[in-house]
Amino acid sequence: MAAKAHREGMEVSIAVSHAVQLARAEAIAAYPITPQTHIVEHLSSMVANGDLEAEFVNVESEHSAMSACIGMSAAGARTYTATSSQGLALMNEILFITSAMRFPIVMTVANRALSGPLSIWNDHSDIMAARDIGWIQVFVENGQEAFDHSIMAFKIAEDYRVILPTIVNMDGFILTHVVEALEMLDQKTVDKFLPEYHPRFSLDPKRPVTMGAFAMPELFTECKMAHQVALTDAHGPILEIWKEWGKLTGRRYKPVETYRTEGAKVIIMMMGSLAQVAEVAVDAMRDQGIPVGLVKIRLWRPFPFAELRAALAGAELVVVCDRALSLGGAAGPVLAEVRSAMYPLAAKPHILGYTVGLGGRDVQPEVFEDLVQLAQAEVKQGPSQEFYIYGVRG
Amino acid sequence: MEKFGYAQSQKFDTYASRLMPRKEFFTSGHRSCQGCGEALAVRWVCKAIGEDAIIAHATGCMEIVSSGMPQTAWMHPWIHVAFENTSAVASGIEAALKILARKGKLKGKMPAVVAMGGDGATSDIGLQSLSGAMERGHNFTYVCWDNEAYMNTGIQRSSSTPYGAMTTTSPPGKLSIGQSTQKKNMVAIAVAHGIPYVATANPSYLFDLYFKVRKAIETPGPAYIHVLSVCPTGWRSATDLSVRMGRLAVDTGVFPLYEVENGRYRLTVEVPKLRPVIDYLKPQGRFRHLRAKELDFIQRRTQAQYELLLEKCGASYPEFPVISPEEEGQE
Repeated sequence: MAAKAHREGMEVSIAVSHAVQLARAEAIAAYPITPQTHIVEHLSSMVANGDLEAEFVNVESEHSAMSACIGMSAAGARTYTATSSQGLALMNEILFITSAMRFPIVMTVANRALSGPLSIWNDHSDIMAARDIGWIQVFVENGQEAFDHSIMAFKIAEDYRVILPTIVNMDGFILTHVVEALEMLDQKTVDKFLPEYHPRFSLDPKRPVTMGAFAMPELFTECKMAHQVALTDAHGPILEIWKEWGKLTGRRYKPVETYRTEGAKVIIMMMGSLAQVAEVAVDAMRDQGIPVGLVKIRLWRPFPFAELRAALAGAELVVVCDRALSLGGAAGPVLAEVRSAMYPLAAKPHILGYTVGLGGRDVQPEVFEDLVQLAQAEVKQGPSQEFYIYGVRG
Repeated sequence: MEKFGYAQSQKFDTYASRLMPRKEFFTSGHRSCQGCGEALAVRWVCKAIGEDAIIAHATGCMEIVSSGMPQTAWMHPWIHVAFENTSAVASGIEAALKILARKGKLKGKMPAVVAMGGDGATSDIGLQSLSGAMERGHNFTYVCWDNEAYMNTGIQRSSSTPYGAMTTTSPPGKLSIGQSTQKKNMVAIAVAHGIPYVATANPSYLFDLYFKVRKAIETPGPAYIHVLSVCPTGWRSATDLSVRMGRLAVDTGVFPLYEVENGRYRLTVEVPKLRPVIDYLKPQGRFRHLRAKELDFIQRRTQAQYELLLEKCGASYPEFPVISPEEEGQE
């Protein structure tokens, strides 16, 4: 039975700030950066009006934002922040420490291109530069998902079996600045779903602990192994929590989502809001009798290997759309991940990758039809490149 | 502990060491170098802070010697995150304590929040985060352990390294006299933030240090304490002379002990007759390459800086320098 909910039209950034409010975040440290700003503006206004009982610290940089978040979380408060692009890059050093020290901080990343040249527009180069930070990472494709995952992220992060920081990735502008009709939840429902935060360890004079001791070579590898195990083992609890949310709201989420993959010989893959555009393209191609389906990765870390392999079973050609580059390398990050996940299989499809929509370049449904044709031709004559950058002008 | 807080200290003209707290918060067994003035400072600052405190520490000597997993020398709740962000971490802790107290989730006394870092972590890489935390007015105390270079990484110069000092990245040579710049005035920078309490201290003057820390902790809002920490390894000075070196820094006017309360300067250790600066420089190998010309420049500059400070304190000028090396020999 889905809980009582009401639909409301609002900007997705506002919806995310409401999710953080409903999650009763206690401490927020943030620094303004486009296109994340609307989220933190609304949160500070909630704090200013007493609508959210929290401390909002206006730090002087994103590096300090994540550092202050660590202090907040270490002292025992439920902690949230949001950033984008250069901000994420500036806090990069601290992101690794946050997860290694196991602070269940929740962060929204309004995905935006990384300079240079400077661009405020959407792609995934910011988060891909922070791919290996050891956080749980989720991608959402619309406003409702952004709202839902912003609440679930706290429960996942704080679960005693997990205790890891969590990022909810949402496309800058394409999601953050659009108005959508959203199903909101009431406080009572959210309180029941997400109980008050009680950390296992915090900085408490009555029970002093040392946090952040350094490791000599005899212990460093073991610390990293513990982190790896914690992150991969988070898979189970994540699914459990998503299932609980499904029961509560009727909205069910999976680590790898599929759209019209039944009998599909060609699979288009991507992460984020582009999937909504691709669905339109898939419908059009299906109408033309082309057996095309869509596979979207929602859970980027821990990577859902088994679910991906199952979703791609039966496909002859996989066209991976990346929103970022690994310059001078073999593939965009999603393509590299998919290829390496599929490599051990005896029967594997052709996997081709196209980087699209960099720095806010618009991606229309026709692009996907074009990509399928291009990929099919490449397979026929043997791929000419490791990966392709689509739509380069001139 | 509170029995000997700052307010109480004002009632006594003299102190006896046995009245100081015996409880140790920075325990023995850590790995600092022989004669480390910084470890001595940490030990006494931690005593002064008292039990109800949380410490955020920057990467650096005192972090590295004290927290090799799975051991720790810290009896306080203690966190180390990175090099340049300890003030931001402390800001977060302070903000969290406030909201947890407001929500009734924090039982008992509000702990003091203390951030600590070396001179590199304070005056170089962590200056922005410290400035942000002071500007925002968090109720915390920042303690800078100033050993005047990046000692932990092998004695590289920082902006806190004094003029003329030899370090591995400011070596004297045919074209160099060593460090060619003047020591950054962190105290003035802290004062410029308009925070309620700023002080210099030095573990060679334990009571002065102790009560300044108490005062900083008891002052609401940000407080900054700049602690000169003698480093025999980096200064190339004898390991058994660290306390004496700290005294000489004060006696020569190189590192005066003073406090700035709400912008008002006050000398806390008055030195009516300053010794020549050479008395402080000579026992340190890092200055041994200096010639009469540079020594004279350092002497004159120290004097000028000292006079500026006295002007701020509204105090009368001392005689400068009055003890000749011959006289000292007769002492």
